[in-house]
Amino acid sequence: MTEARLHNVLATAPRPRRPSALSASLTFGWRGMLKVKHVPEQLMDVTLTPVLFVLMFTYLFGGAIAGSTAEYLDYILPGILVMSVLFTTVYSGVSLNTDLTKGVVDRFRSLPIWRPAPLVGALLGDSLRYLVAGTVIVVLGVALGYRPGAGVGGVVLALALVIVFAFALSWVFTTLGLLLRSPNAVMNAGFTGIFPLTFLSNVFVDPETLPGPLKAFVDANPISILASASRGLMEGNVESADIAVVLGTAALLTALFAPLTTHLYRTRT
Amino acid sequence: MSFEQPRGLTSMSRTDLAIETSGLVKSFGGTRAVDGVDLAVRAGSVYGVLGPNGAGKTTTIRMLATLLRPDAGSARVLGHDVVAEADEVRGLVSLTGQMASVDEELTGRENLVLLGRLLGLKWRVAKDRAADLLDAFGLADASGRLVKHYSGGMRRRLDIAASIVVTREVMFLDEPTTGLDPRSRNQVWDIVRALAAEGTTILLCTQYLDEADQLADGIAVIDHGRVIAEGTPSQLKASIGSGALHVRLLDPDQRPVAERLLARELSTVHLEPDPAALSAPCADGNRAAEAVAELSRAGVRVASFSLGQPSLDEVFLALTGHPADDQTEEAEIAEEELA
Ligand SMILES: Nc1ncnc2c1ncn2[C@@H]1O[C@H](COP(=O)(O)OP(=O)(O)O)[C@@H](O)[C@H]1O
Ligand SMILES: [Mg+2]
Repeated sequence: MTEARLHNVLATAPRPRRPSALSASLTFGWRGMLKVKHVPEQLMDVTLTPVLFVLMFTYLFGGAIAGSTAEYLDYILPGILVMSVLFTTVYSGVSLNTDLTKGVVDRFRSLPIWRPAPLVGALLGDSLRYLVAGTVIVVLGVALGYRPGAGVGGVVLALALVIVFAFALSWVFTTLGLLLRSPNAVMNAGFTGIFPLTFLSNVFVDPETLPGPLKAFVDANPISILASASRGLMEGNVESADIAVVLGTAALLTALFAPLTTHLYRTRT
Repeated sequence: MSFEQPRGLTSMSRTDLAIETSGLVKSFGGTRAVDGVDLAVRAGSVYGVLGPNGAGKTTTIRMLATLLRPDAGSARVLGHDVVAEADEVRGLVSLTGQMASVDEELTGRENLVLLGRLLGLKWRVAKDRAADLLDAFGLADASGRLVKHYSGGMRRRLDIAASIVVTREVMFLDEPTTGLDPRSRNQVWDIVRALAAEGTTILLCTQYLDEADQLADGIAVIDHGRVIAEGTPSQLKASIGSGALHVRLLDPDQRPVAERLLARELSTVHLEPDPAALSAPCADGNRAAEAVAELSRAGVRVASFSLGQPSLDEVFLALTGHPADDQTEEAEIAEEELA
């Protein structure tokens, strides 16, 4: 550290114009990816858990629920895709809550950038995790004998739809992440919500077998509709109404919870 | 063209002020963390906010950096209101928080590139700027290491480097040397002096009178969320007595003799809690040397002595009549008693 260098570096400080909303968000996405680069074990939960789910449901319950594992794999794989990716969204809230305990958030919040950029960026980074989780499931499914009727194109569309919905749902958990005190509290509250919603959907069982009121709930559950739409896209017989409901729900969740999260992030002491 | 302004608050016109607060208040539950703070910081100066733990320094800085909304009062940075024009203010200031405001899970270089990008630099420029800063701050060798493996001093330097990736008119430094060893502290001081020489306005929160004295042109002493004294370092020191001779004896039994002799040489003498130690206010090195020599001549065996600045404790005792206790703890105890 010499005085001359110090003065030189101070005298040459640039005066750039502010970055665009997109550029700031992508930069925060880059931050998320750097963290994965430094601690690749972070990807364990998004790869290992889905693998366990696929194996467990196919071989443990497949015979009992659908009569044969092969048949059940056709039904269950799109469902497991939905479930695994949606479970991963809880971690967006957990990691935001962890971030908040660090001093660097104060610096981010004092920067002249588009206010939601740190959040949008973090969720963009998380979407990459969703993509990894989804890809692992599809590849494993194919290895176990799953043959999607609509081929690669259908799978890619289904994956895209699930990730869009997951991105929207993450805003609910980032809101939780800002409201609750500890990462553990966020995790517990998150799973307490997402667990029953996922199991009370058509992800695992055909709702035709259910009693009336339960069937009504399962039919109206957006997660059921997302699972049906994914199945449809992968099989090539999707109903456009399902896609519309999924995208509409995603838009609604984002419209409600993204501004709420941004507001809480800005005002949190 | 600029010309030298006479120092002192009275001669200041409003337009010279980089930071101006009036009646700033912020409460957390029952605690009034900041309780009516008025500050006037001249553009281009280094202003020290001096106070013990829990006095309200960080809360004040967080309001000025637009992170907290004041409950009452107002604050302006270079003429912009921190609430109504928060976005403008963010474009003018940078914050080096008390908790390290760098990302521990990234490398030093990644931190600076990230900040550069977030402040609008192109990739190429952000990378070059990061390299220059790391070099100038003595961090080039550690640039590829994760910040969580940095020492306290390295982390602080990186933190300050992150605050000057682009030009900023006003810098907030919250306790930049707390917990640092003397060498690292001196490095941080050199950086602050260099920044001041470039004309950056710096608001420096500190618990050390020494630090405020070394770096600041003006000081506000803050206690329980209020400014209790204000002025230049020399005014402040003059008002509280500017230094003290600390003497430790080999034999505690000789303390009464030493007390009598020092009282004759230097007037008031404090007996310290340590039965072998005593101190006396004294600003003049020669007079202190005389006094110590007098002890020797009288056969008092001196283990050690030093001539130091008054500590923050002594400043507080002089200004408030109570020592500078840790006010965070005090507030927590009060809360526990309520519960
Ligand atoms: N977020 C907060 N919630 C509750 N109390 C707080 C919060 N921040 C600060 N305080 C309280 O406000 C007082 C002033 O704190 P602070 O501004 O951090 O002081 P300093 O920086 O001078 O040490 C303390 O009593 C502290 O406990
Ligand atoms: Mg503080």
